[in-house]
Order: sequence, then C-alpha cells, then structure tokens
Amino acid sequence: MTSTVGPIGTTASGRRETAAPDGLRARLARSLRRNGPGYLFLLPWLVGFFGLTLLPTVGSLYLSFTDYDLLNPPRWTGTANYSYAFFEDTRFRSALSVTFHYVLWSVPLKLIVALALAMALDRGVRGISVYRAVFYLPSLLGSSVAVAVLWRQIFGDAGVVNQLIALVGLKGPSWITHPDYALWTLIVLAIWQFGSPMIIFLAGLRQIPQEVHEAAAMDGAGPARRFFRITLPLLAPVIFFNLVLQTIDAFKAFTPAFIVSGGNGSPIDSTLFYSLYLYIEAFANFRMGYAAALAWILLVIISIFTALAFLTSRYWVYYEDEGR
Amino acid sequence: MNAAAPRANGTRRQFVRHAILIAAALVMIYPLLWLISSSLKPENLIFHNLGLIPEKLQLDNYAQGWTALRFSFGRFFLNSFFVAGMAVVGNLLSCSLAAFAFARLNFRLKKLWFVLMLGTLMLPYHVTLVPQYILFLHLGWVNSFLPLIVPKFLAIDAFFIFLMVQFFRGIPREIDEAAIMDGCGPWRIYWRIMLPLSTPVLATAAIFSFIWTYDDFLGPLIYLNDMRDYTVPLALRAFVDATGESRFGQLFAMSTLSLIPVFIVFLAFQRLIIRGVALGALKR
Repeated sequence: MTSTVGPIGTTASGRRETAAPDGLRARLARSLRRNGPGYLFLLPWLVGFFGLTLLPTVGSLYLSFTDYDLLNPPRWTGTANYSYAFFEDTRFRSALSVTFHYVLWSVPLKLIVALALAMALDRGVRGISVYRAVFYLPSLLGSSVAVAVLWRQIFGDAGVVNQLIALVGLKGPSWITHPDYALWTLIVLAIWQFGSPMIIFLAGLRQIPQEVHEAAAMDGAGPARRFFRITLPLLAPVIFFNLVLQTIDAFKAFTPAFIVSGGNGSPIDSTLFYSLYLYIEAFANFRMGYAAALAWILLVIISIFTALAFLTSRYWVYYEDEGR
Repeated sequence: MNAAAPRANGTRRQFVRHAILIAAALVMIYPLLWLISSSLKPENLIFHNLGLIPEKLQLDNYAQGWTALRFSFGRFFLNSFFVAGMAVVGNLLSCSLAAFAFARLNFRLKKLWFVLMLGTLMLPYHVTLVPQYILFLHLGWVNSFLPLIVPKFLAIDAFFIFLMVQFFRGIPREIDEAAIMDGCGPWRIYWRIMLPLSTPVLATAAIFSFIWTYDDFLGPLIYLNDMRDYTVPLALRAFVDATGESRFGQLFAMSTLSLIPVFIVFLAFQRLIIRGVALGALKR
C-alpha cells in the first residue's frame, strides 16, 4: 500500500525545505499552497472521521465506565459495567454463546458451500452467468427484512420445511419457537447467502493457471490430490480474506435475528445475537453505558479473532508475490 | 478434464455437473419463488401445498396490503427511495473527494490519515452506535432522515473510498500531468478528468450504496419513530406486529414488492455487482 505520489500544485518532491530565511507568513503561505488542496478534498472525510468515528469511539469508551440513561448525566461507575457483564449478567452469557455458535457454524459451512459451488462453476460450464446470478441473488437480498419474514414462515409450524418433512411421513418440530432449533434456522439462512464468498472464490480460482493442474494430472495426481495440493494452497489468500470478512460480518448480524425472534431473542434467548442484545440494552432499556461496554467487549473479541487469523495466516497462507 | 477420458465420459460428467448445479439453483431460488407465489394465492390456500403455481391467481393481497397500515406503502417507498437516493449522492461525492486526495494529492500526514481510514473499515458499527445516537439526539435530528443521510455526505463508508482509491491509482498519471501543464487545478482534474474516467467504479459504489441503504434496518429502527417517516423495512416489520401474522398473503405481497427495487438493480447491473464483489478481494 505504499504510494509514491507525484504532487499536484507543487514542483518540489514533497521534502520540506528548512532553514529558508523567509518569514512565518511566507512559510505558512507555502505550506497552505502545498497542503491546502489535499486537505480541502479530504475535508468531508475528516469531519466524518472525527465527528462520527473517532470522537464517538472515545465517547463510547468513556460511557462504558458510566451509568447513563439519556435523562440524567452519565455517572462514573468504574468497571462496574464490565464486572456485571462477566460475572452476573446471564443474558450477556447467552448472547455470547449464541453468537459464538452462530459464527462457528455458519462461517465454515458457508465457506465450504461457497468453495464447492465455485469449483463446480469454475471452468467450462455452460450458462455460468445464469447460475452465478441465481446463487448470488440470496446474498444480495439476504439482509432485507422481507427475507427474514419469509424465513420465519418457511420454518414455521405449517411452513414449507415441515410440509417437506411431512412428505416422508415425519412430523417436524416448530423450528422458530423451539430453543434447540431456532438458532439453526438462522445458520441455514446465513449459509443460503454463500453467493458473495462464492464469487470471490471464483475470481480466485480463475487466477490459478490451468497448466498447473494439467501438469499434476500428467504426473498422475487424482482430483482429490490436486484439490488438496494445488487448489487449496493457491487459494489460501482468498480463503483467508473470505474467512476474516465473513467472521466479522457474522459477529455483526442483526436483522435476521431481530425479525425471526420477534425482537427479543426468543425462544428463551436462543437467538439473542450479541448485536440484538446490545440494541435491547441501549434502545429498549436505555442503559447506554452498559451498551457501550458491550460494544467494547465485542470490539476486543473481534480484534482477537482478526489478530489470530492474521497471526496464524503466516503458517497457512502463501502469497505468490511475497516469494517466501 | 482428464485427457485420456473418452468423449462420452466427458459428456456424462458435464451432465452430472449440470444436474447438481440445477438442483442447487432450485434450492436457492425456491424460497423466493414460494414467496411470490404465496403472495398471489388466497389467504386460506397459502399453506395448502408446496406447489408454486397458484390454483387461483389473484392480486387482492397486493391491493389490501398496500393500504393495511396507517400510511400507504407508497409513502414508505418514497421515504426509502429518498433516503437511499441521498445516500448514493452523498457517498459518491464525499468518498470520491477523499479517494482523489489519497490517490493523487500530496499533503502532510497523508499516510497517517490513509491508515486511519483503512482502520475504520474494521471497526464494528456497535462501537460508535450509542455515542452517535446521543450526538444526533442532542442535535435534534432523531425522528428525521438526517442521521441516515448526513453521515453519507461525510464519507462514513470507508469501503467505497478504498474501492475508488484502487481505481484512481489505475488511471495513468500522465493524464493529470498533461492537465496540469494546461493549467488545470486539482478541482478541475478531479471533476473533469478523474470522475468521467471512473464511471465503472462510481456506478459500482452507487449500486451498493443504494442496495445497502435501501435494505438497512437498524438505522431506521433507531432513528425513525414516526410511522410517517418509516422506510420499507420498518413498515414490513410494523406489518408483522400490527397483524400478528394473521394476514400472511398481504405480508408476502408487501415483502415481494419490497424486494423488487433491489431485484431490478440486480438485473440491470449484474456484471458491475459481480465485479464489485470480487474487486476488493483480489486487488491489493
């Protein structure tokens, strides 16, 4: 990401000339001429960055050590929010466990399906654009309320899934209202949206030279061997990218859980996603300080996951252009 | 593709592959088709069978669902289109300005700002959610569209900046240099040269801004309390609450309608969307 950029509006190489015997005013004018345009173009982003990202981030860290209900000024409570979350709040524990379950099941399954179908689509398939479109469409619609509403009906008591099960003479449970199954309907919904990682896998597969496969086939490597020895290693950077992206996305999931659970994580908190719990604490119970603490705990968790992925990636991700 | 395999084998393999793909495609698309078909069925026949072709086709659900809430869905669609349209304009303007600065201009601390910008890509929205709400509350913007629109004019979606920087860097620098020779300032280079040359990436950013804003549920849920201001997702959710899910047909009809704008955008710009998804991943 190094950028050696030729300057606009300057003739110098961007180095600062020091010790010039000119006055403050001249230096200021020159600095303005050199930096002015850049900062002018960057202005909207700078305002947004400070006003809507940096200060709110600092603000939420501060709030996380307070009690704040919007009506009375924030009251400093030290680490009370954090110790409450970790040692007393059973709903926090459910939310964490539900979210971990969701991430640990939905992300790998989604990636496996995405890779499998990307490989099925990879080379020499007629009508690839039609298949690609059909597979991608759910990803595009997936975060909409309409799809969540639809899901609720499909897995409802008399829904499509149970009608299918009835065809083979069994009786399906009421998926949405049974604590053992409700989360799984959301995991299935997540897997159904494998289209976007699939497209990234497809683009990655395109970059693997066909000759490598042909040479390996000549040497007698079967499909399984070629998959594990060629496709997977060469695809590792793309797998890594998808893994990090999908994990972060899964941690952030909100709409399906809200709609399917009726906004409260029911039945008995089995679909209480972390985002949903944070929303409830902040905007239903008006415990803004506690919600801020929840946000920071999530930030730390996501950071740990991302850092782990990056640290371990040294051992399993091979970048061709790095020449290691 | 085994070189030694006889031709018949290859054809059969193709056949099997297509069979699997078609089966997968049907599974993928079935829920959506079921939604559409159910919206056309009379209420009492919706859960009657699994078939997709309604025995008796009727549009009553659409007519009744459209006006089932205190305001008509026409109003909700207008709200949604307004918010999403403003988001598109805001994102295109503010993100391309920032991207131009990062890709083409030199200024102090540029590297630092760039790293911070990339950092915001990873920041989960939860962290800023509560303070932003408090900020907008104090500004008196809650119960208006401003909290949904103004941030888009402040380049809050760093992903688009990133995408545009990548694209801008691919535009030959000689073009700028020639323009400078001709006496163009940075603004003219940005407006007259960079933007016209960047229509592919601008279109991609516009499409995604539209779809993401149109589908957004959490933002409107937090900031819009008056039904007059509801966007389509909020209205759908209100529908579920109001009817206690007794009017499935109407709910499905409005759900179907709500998906149509995204569907149209998808059909019209499929290639750009597909490329947009792959772009961020493979270009470093």
